[in-house]
Amino acid sequence: MILKNLGPSATRPNNLVNPRYAGSAWLRRYSSSTSRPLTSILIANRGEIALRVGRTASQYGIKCTTIYTDPDAKSQHALSSPFSINLGDTSAYLDGERIIRAAKDNGCLGIHPGYGFLSENSTFARKCVEAGLVFIGPPWEAIEAMGNKSRSKEIMTDAGVPCIPGYHGVNQDPAFLKQEAEKIGFPVLIKAVKGGGGKGMRIAMTAGEFDSQLVSAKSEARSSFGDDVMLVEKYITTPRHVEVQVFADQYGNCVALGERDCSIQRRHQKIIEESPAPNLDETVRQDLWGKARAAALAVGYEGAGTVEFIFDNETGEFFFMEMNTRLQVEHPVTEMVTGEDLVRWQIIIAEGGRLPLDQQEIESRIADRGHAIEARIYAENPDMDFVPDSGRLLHMQLPRISDTVRVDAGFVAGDEVSSHYDPMIAKLIVQGPDRETAIRKLNTALNEYEIAGPITNVEFLKKVCRVPAFIAGQVETGFIKKWAEDLFRPEEIQPEVFAQAALGAFFSEVLGRCDGDEVFPGTKNGFSSVSNERSFVLAPIRGDNISESAGISVDVVQTGHGLFTVSVNGQTFESISSQYDAGNRRLTSYFLHTRLETRFVREEGDVTLFQQGHQYRFRCLTPRWVEKALGIKDSAHSVVAPMPCKILRVEVEQGQQVKKEQVLVVIESMKMETSIRSPQDGIVSKIVHQQGVKPPFPRGTQ
Amino acid sequence: MLSMYLVKYAIDVHRQSYSLTAPQYGFYAMKSCLRISPTLPNSLRPSLTLRRSIATHTYSHHAKQLSILPTNVDTSSSTFRDNASKFNALMSQMEDLHRKIKKGGTEKAREKHLAKGKMLVRDRITALVDPGTPFLELSALAGHEMYPGEDVPAGGIVTGLGTVMGAQCMIVGNDSTVKGGTYYPITVKKHLRAQAIAEENRLPCIYLVDSGGANLPHQADVFPDRDHFGRIFYNQARMSAARIPQISVIMGPCTAGGAYVPAMSDESIIVENQGTIFLAGPPLVKAATGEVVTAEELGGGRMHSEVSGVTDYLAVDDAHALVLARRCIQNLGVAVRGEGIEGTGREKREAKEPLYDAEELGGIVGTSLRQQIPAREIIARIVDGSEFSEFKKEYGETLVTGFARIHNHPIGILANNGILFSTSALKGAHFIQLCTQRSIPLLFLQNISGFMVGREAENTGIAKNGAKLVTAVACAAVPKFTVLVGGSFGAGNYGMCGRAYGPRFLWSWPNARVGVMGSEQLGSVMAAVGKGVDVGLTERIERESAAVFGSARLWDDGMIPPSHTRDVLGQALRAAKVGVERETRFGVFRM
Repeated sequence: MILKNLGPSATRPNNLVNPRYAGSAWLRRYSSSTSRPLTSILIANRGEIALRVGRTASQYGIKCTTIYTDPDAKSQHALSSPFSINLGDTSAYLDGERIIRAAKDNGCLGIHPGYGFLSENSTFARKCVEAGLVFIGPPWEAIEAMGNKSRSKEIMTDAGVPCIPGYHGVNQDPAFLKQEAEKIGFPVLIKAVKGGGGKGMRIAMTAGEFDSQLVSAKSEARSSFGDDVMLVEKYITTPRHVEVQVFADQYGNCVALGERDCSIQRRHQKIIEESPAPNLDETVRQDLWGKARAAALAVGYEGAGTVEFIFDNETGEFFFMEMNTRLQVEHPVTEMVTGEDLVRWQIIIAEGGRLPLDQQEIESRIADRGHAIEARIYAENPDMDFVPDSGRLLHMQLPRISDTVRVDAGFVAGDEVSSHYDPMIAKLIVQGPDRETAIRKLNTALNEYEIAGPITNVEFLKKVCRVPAFIAGQVETGFIKKWAEDLFRPEEIQPEVFAQAALGAFFSEVLGRCDGDEVFPGTKNGFSSVSNERSFVLAPIRGDNISESAGISVDVVQTGHGLFTVSVNGQTFESISSQYDAGNRRLTSYFLHTRLETRFVREEGDVTLFQQGHQYRFRCLTPRWVEKALGIKDSAHSVVAPMPCKILRVEVEQGQQVKKEQVLVVIESMKMETSIRSPQDGIVSKIVHQQGVKPPFPRGTQ
Repeated sequence: MLSMYLVKYAIDVHRQSYSLTAPQYGFYAMKSCLRISPTLPNSLRPSLTLRRSIATHTYSHHAKQLSILPTNVDTSSSTFRDNASKFNALMSQMEDLHRKIKKGGTEKAREKHLAKGKMLVRDRITALVDPGTPFLELSALAGHEMYPGEDVPAGGIVTGLGTVMGAQCMIVGNDSTVKGGTYYPITVKKHLRAQAIAEENRLPCIYLVDSGGANLPHQADVFPDRDHFGRIFYNQARMSAARIPQISVIMGPCTAGGAYVPAMSDESIIVENQGTIFLAGPPLVKAATGEVVTAEELGGGRMHSEVSGVTDYLAVDDAHALVLARRCIQNLGVAVRGEGIEGTGREKREAKEPLYDAEELGGIVGTSLRQQIPAREIIARIVDGSEFSEFKKEYGETLVTGFARIHNHPIGILANNGILFSTSALKGAHFIQLCTQRSIPLLFLQNISGFMVGREAENTGIAKNGAKLVTAVACAAVPKFTVLVGGSFGAGNYGMCGRAYGPRFLWSWPNARVGVMGSEQLGSVMAAVGKGVDVGLTERIERESAAVFGSARLWDDGMIPPSHTRDVLGQALRAAKVGVERETRFGVFRM
């Protein structure tokens, strides 16, 4: 293995340019034109990253062609370009041949793969090159080398990059793997060799649970990438996930654009990423950067890559985990701290250009620009183990966007978060002069971020921002579990919130029926006027999706035009002057003691309120007669899937005795496996949907 | 129709205003035009060289200033305070009475009713109407002190105007806590009156049926005559034929004749294990044929929905049934909902409240009819922005006439301001003609002791001039509304659109009096004609002239607090705009 020169600027030959400008950043930035400019590219991805790539491309006058599938026909990325190719089938983003053909047919010179899908598929990268297209990413050989976990570790060990102890061999006999695990010492991580993003990955804390975890990991790996070869390695108990963004050009230059700490994870997937990593010794940092560059150069890397390390908080050691040979989801964090456009860099490199900045310049940028944090906003339910959610985005209000507050979103209000794809709605990135300010800004921006429709993790992210350990930078991959008590504690709901919810429901009844002036404003109705009193029974929707059965009764009495008296659980608010602006869904109420401005969104019986930086969700409970009239049975005796899904396995048989919490069915949705457990002890009377079935939602399984 | 006319009119004026010949249209027209286009763009303003002296622009606020009524009420004066305190005493008496009536039947009856899982009739209505919309109850005093020894609050039936799914509807609900919801003579009268209002204003009818049928001891006054029980079904058939929807919700028994209410309806909803429909109940069946059958088997909701088909929808309880009724109204289509008629108007403006406090009306009118009630002070507290474009102000001054708006509905007002003379009668007839020509509804604010008497009056032909006013009132086919704000005596009652002259609605203030003449005059006339001394005659007449006595007998559509007049009229005007208007043809005016 050849280690190329890692010096900050030593490899750049100066004879190519006018000596007057030699070495100046200005020149390097603007002299990147080469013999093969990419004037037209195809973006082989969807969602926010497709839009993100398109944004940079159009900024530089590059024609973009986008692709979409049937469920994505009206999605924002498909609409973002006048040149948009329908690939049809839902899974067509993985159809490399078809995409290459589309690129050729539409006169594209290059393909940007984004992240996920085909971005780390070396075959696809190779076929692009064979078809005469520029693959905007590393050479396919580098992808192949890094894609295989066992091989990548061998290369890394050779290049002097420390790797975690483990078995990465070909012997897949479960007994042998278990033996290897014992050799490494529990706990161990079982991981698909070709896996990534937490899929096909399980932890065995003891030898006892090794076998079952292995089966589960294999099955998930098979369904995710059709390969169930597993590796076993040491599991670090208080690890941090620290990764280094590297960039290399084809002239053997490689720079590290700082590191990112991505330790705040759920389901082994990142939700908060920041740069620089907090509480990291400067020598360790420099060491990490050096090792990352060594890793990249070891495989002849070109373009954007991320070298992931597992950092042991206790010993200060770090081990190479893997190298992601693509632009990462969290690349904006690095863009914020360096002030650079990484997609632009990718294009420059792909065109055969040189790195726009050298290592020293990058370091001084980072020193100037402070700290950046990204929070990933997902349609998912934190209270149900972050199970993905889907549905129409009924309302979306972004925080105020500025130079230091950025939102990369793939959706606008009214769009559908489809269950076919990743449920990430947006990324919110903020930058501040220091970490604490950045966290405060993130919290503020999250408070302003309103999403109604699918359940999101926004409220959860706000809570993370308020946990003292997070503010102190005490991050680790087990952070969420460790601080679960703080993070999942249900918040008390003030009676004013109930009052606002009921008033909103009242107004939506009135406005839904009549257009504006059809509501007669007069309230003086003679001696015997029948009081216009309405009772709303509101149940807060808890994260686990089970509403409090009784709910709270809120009485609204209209006492005049726009005047109300509201009683919540015995507490009465007199003379509330309230009005609702249906246009922007804002409900403004002057209570006697305060003014409340609330965003009120209603969809059938569910209402969502945004008030003073909080989201509240309520269900307007239906009166008893509805159940009687519709013949609804008690749902405790049946199991309903929480989302549209496919049934992977049915773990029980008809007539079988089951215990409460026993796994009944394993479903797959959004590429995640979820176990559906029994709500009570009992006997399975009927299995309505068998393995492989996609039951009609929301009827689900029984 | 009305609004289309107005829009067209306004557009005409609009065009005129650009050519600056607007003044000939008078300030009323200017107002209409400038409401639509409050400021003219600069480019359309004439340059100085083009200006003609005759066409100096008249600002809309100038026109408006001419129309705003001033007030001379001194709330600190002793007269005002004396009036107010007497009026307030009367008001609180009336409020107590209404509060009692609103409860319905006896405590025991209500508890029994609720124990069956049924809703009280006013709660049913609250659940039926749209949230945030008012329910205008009619004739709550019906039956008050009418049947010696029997208390029949609200006549055992609640009727009124309510908005259901955006549509104005007539709601008729039996109160089964009052004598089992049986029909007293006054109950029948109230039910028929509600139907008459519905027919005239083309309002869909919703019957919330929970009644034991005709009150048998009173059968002679309930059953046989033209305007008795049978007329209810006659009306249903006729209204249905006229495409006025008839919806019934059976929430209790519907026996014998009552069975025809659901049967004659366009759509019927029944509550299971609660509503029953049969021509004869189980005891009668047993007596007649010996068949033993339960009420539910004989005419329960399930049987009628599944087997007989008498009902169309089966509900599990009251709330469910009311939701189904709302759904029925939603499916009626646009024609009956009035949206296609006035809803197209682009004049969606917030109506301006009157400038003066309506609560002062009590102190203005007092309780004694000996005091002259200043008509303009009343108008100023009823109409939008207290703006009143008075017509023929200087002629026949005892009748005030003019144009105004109430909750943005244009209206022509005739208000008594003294006794009617020939001149005032002629002016009134003229003004009614104007309003019928322009399809403007009429409001009569009645406080009249009669037409002028005496030689001079007869010489000037008061009889024929009064007849002209009566002819005009009788024949005017625009919606008419009458409010008794004071006395209503003699032929004045006719000339000012009393009950006999078919106003769409007629309301009384608590201080109102109705009679052939004042009780004292009546007493002295009787004494003069030399009939035997009728002990207590004056007192009896006095009592029978009182508003509460008349309201109990449905001589009006209810008693209202003066300060509510504007809102009540606003709602009535909304209801009336859907009604079909015939063309006015006047009879012979004696010249």
